[in-house]
Amino acid sequence: MSRLNACFNALKAENRAAFVTYIQAGDPNRDVSTAILKGLPGAGADIIELGMPFTDPAADGPAIDKAAQRALAAGASTKQTFEMVREFRAADDTTPIVLMGYFNPVYHYGIETFCKNAAEAGVDGLIIVDLPPEEDEELRLPAINAGIDVIRLATPTSDNHRLNTIVSGASGFIYYVAVAGVTGGKSATADDIGDAVARIKRHTNLPVAVGFGIRTPEQAAAIASRADAVVVGSAIVSLIEQGLEKQTSDANIIENVLNFTQTLAKGVLSGR
Amino acid sequence: MALNSYKTGPDEKGHFGVFGGRYVSETLMPLVLSVEEEYNKAIKDPSFLAELDDLNKHYIGRPSPLYYAERLTQHLGGAKIYFKREELNHTGAHKINHAIGQVLLAKRMGKTRVIAETGAGQHGVATATVAARFGLKCTVFMGAVDMERQKPNVFRMKLLGAEVKPVTSGSATLKDAMNDALRDWVTNVHDTFYIIGTVAGPHPYPMMVRDFQSIIGRETREQIMEREGRLPDTLIACIGGGSNAIGLFYPFLDEPDINLIAVEAAGHGVDTDKSAASIASGKPGVLHGNRTYLLQDPDGQIIEAHSISAGLDYPGIGPEHSWLHEQGRVKYVPATDAEALEAFQLCTQTEGIIPALESSHAIAEVMKIAPKLPKEHLIVLNLSGRGDKDIFTVANALGEEI
Repeated sequence: MSRLNACFNALKAENRAAFVTYIQAGDPNRDVSTAILKGLPGAGADIIELGMPFTDPAADGPAIDKAAQRALAAGASTKQTFEMVREFRAADDTTPIVLMGYFNPVYHYGIETFCKNAAEAGVDGLIIVDLPPEEDEELRLPAINAGIDVIRLATPTSDNHRLNTIVSGASGFIYYVAVAGVTGGKSATADDIGDAVARIKRHTNLPVAVGFGIRTPEQAAAIASRADAVVVGSAIVSLIEQGLEKQTSDANIIENVLNFTQTLAKGVLSGR
Repeated sequence: MALNSYKTGPDEKGHFGVFGGRYVSETLMPLVLSVEEEYNKAIKDPSFLAELDDLNKHYIGRPSPLYYAERLTQHLGGAKIYFKREELNHTGAHKINHAIGQVLLAKRMGKTRVIAETGAGQHGVATATVAARFGLKCTVFMGAVDMERQKPNVFRMKLLGAEVKPVTSGSATLKDAMNDALRDWVTNVHDTFYIIGTVAGPHPYPMMVRDFQSIIGRETREQIMEREGRLPDTLIACIGGGSNAIGLFYPFLDEPDINLIAVEAAGHGVDTDKSAASIASGKPGVLHGNRTYLLQDPDGQIIEAHSISAGLDYPGIGPEHSWLHEQGRVKYVPATDAEALEAFQLCTQTEGIIPALESSHAIAEVMKIAPKLPKEHLIVLNLSGRGDKDIFTVANALGEEI
């Protein structure tokens, strides 16, 4: 069984939602980013989304855009992202890792080689935000062959007809983008999210994760009672920027990120 | 193998060969699909076409003249050179052709707000103009670097009632403005129409913008027949994203004897790291909704483009051009900043026409080939924009203070 399926099954048995944390690989540099990555499961992350830096992240807000530019300035690359995953996997063989990013670096790497190398490193899923169902076949087939899930996104603009297109051929889970907008922007109400999750579940048996605009333990708790997984990204990533602005030590940045992650994880736990 | 026609693209998914497509976030997909659906209806609707015709004639001032550039022809001593005078259009460039078409579509779709990205400011001005004409709210995204080098256009947009948002991310030029426009669009899908400024972006934009711009080539065809009694031998246009080039070329794609030359901005040279020549220096990739030739590093990260001309300062090119390049139908050649500056001055002094720095790249290619061609060889150059906006940049490059 895939790590993602095992994770969702185990959490379902415990009747709790999964807590999914997002960080950008290599932000602010490889060492700090790797230390944070390794610390996330201990701080309560059930699944890790690892952002692949891209120069032009047009679906992301300022927090993640800046994180990408920081990582690239510090020498981040696709190869380095795989190395970080490999290093993480040496100590943790259960926490699923989903790579999230944009298509061009994947395409440029060579799609089949990318999927193969990702699987070898220990990657479980891919979310490529600029690859809608109309365009994702050339990634989906090599990914399936490599044993990697391609996770599709549903949004507030997805009507029932569109949801059918999205869920057919989806695997792993469905990522519900809770607001029309970029990452780190507005927040949707828990009730609207609950309605949307219920609607998606009428189309699929896959777990539904909810992200975009969730930044406090209270919000995380409210979503946890209505979805299978809660994703927090920009709020975590922003702590790195704040740490750098205050010129705190690397150890402090790592500690702040992991402490905040722990607070959010408690929020998710308290949701049900 | 030669194709029967180069005018059959894109396919129903928006692909020109392997290029084009709809590489946008899921939130935008329903809107992108509805733009396509509504566009396909509009171009079959006689009332839409009648309104477009009327605006083309009475608002833009079409048809634009086909002008015999007599003194430039004599100076270069070879081929006979005509200018298609797109710089005489309302707002001073070809950009108004697709801005009018798109704003009519926005209105038809019930949108109340339009957004645009701009480099040189010509597309921003065109968008702000049509927004004022139709009473729509307008926000234009412009790189902070470009705002500095195109101050007159920034003020024009403000006068027209548009909000000009400075973009400071990345290289603070056209590609970053497009990122921010996409970010705005995804946040305001319910009321906003994105008026894209070139033949790029997700399907149907490359097709739609091409269709609106093709009026340039259709008029040229009629006008040259009237003037010379035959079709031209060579067509030349500058190319950033490629809207003026495809507009001129498209009606001639299936005339195999006509040479089509598109001139990319090579900045300091195609072998330097300061270039905007995507075909000469790029590789296929995916950015801003389409697959096309892009300037990128070995890890698939986008490289900042450089050109003296803000309108060509973009690391990509429209997907149909990538396809036409691989088919060998259009020849893509570079011209450097220095060559464009020289052409800018020559055109100004021989013809009394101040060309845009963008169009000056095309003139630079004419300067290279015309002297070697016989006098009966007919060249049509797309004079895509006027250069008044560029006088500060040119003065700076020539070391003059104004």
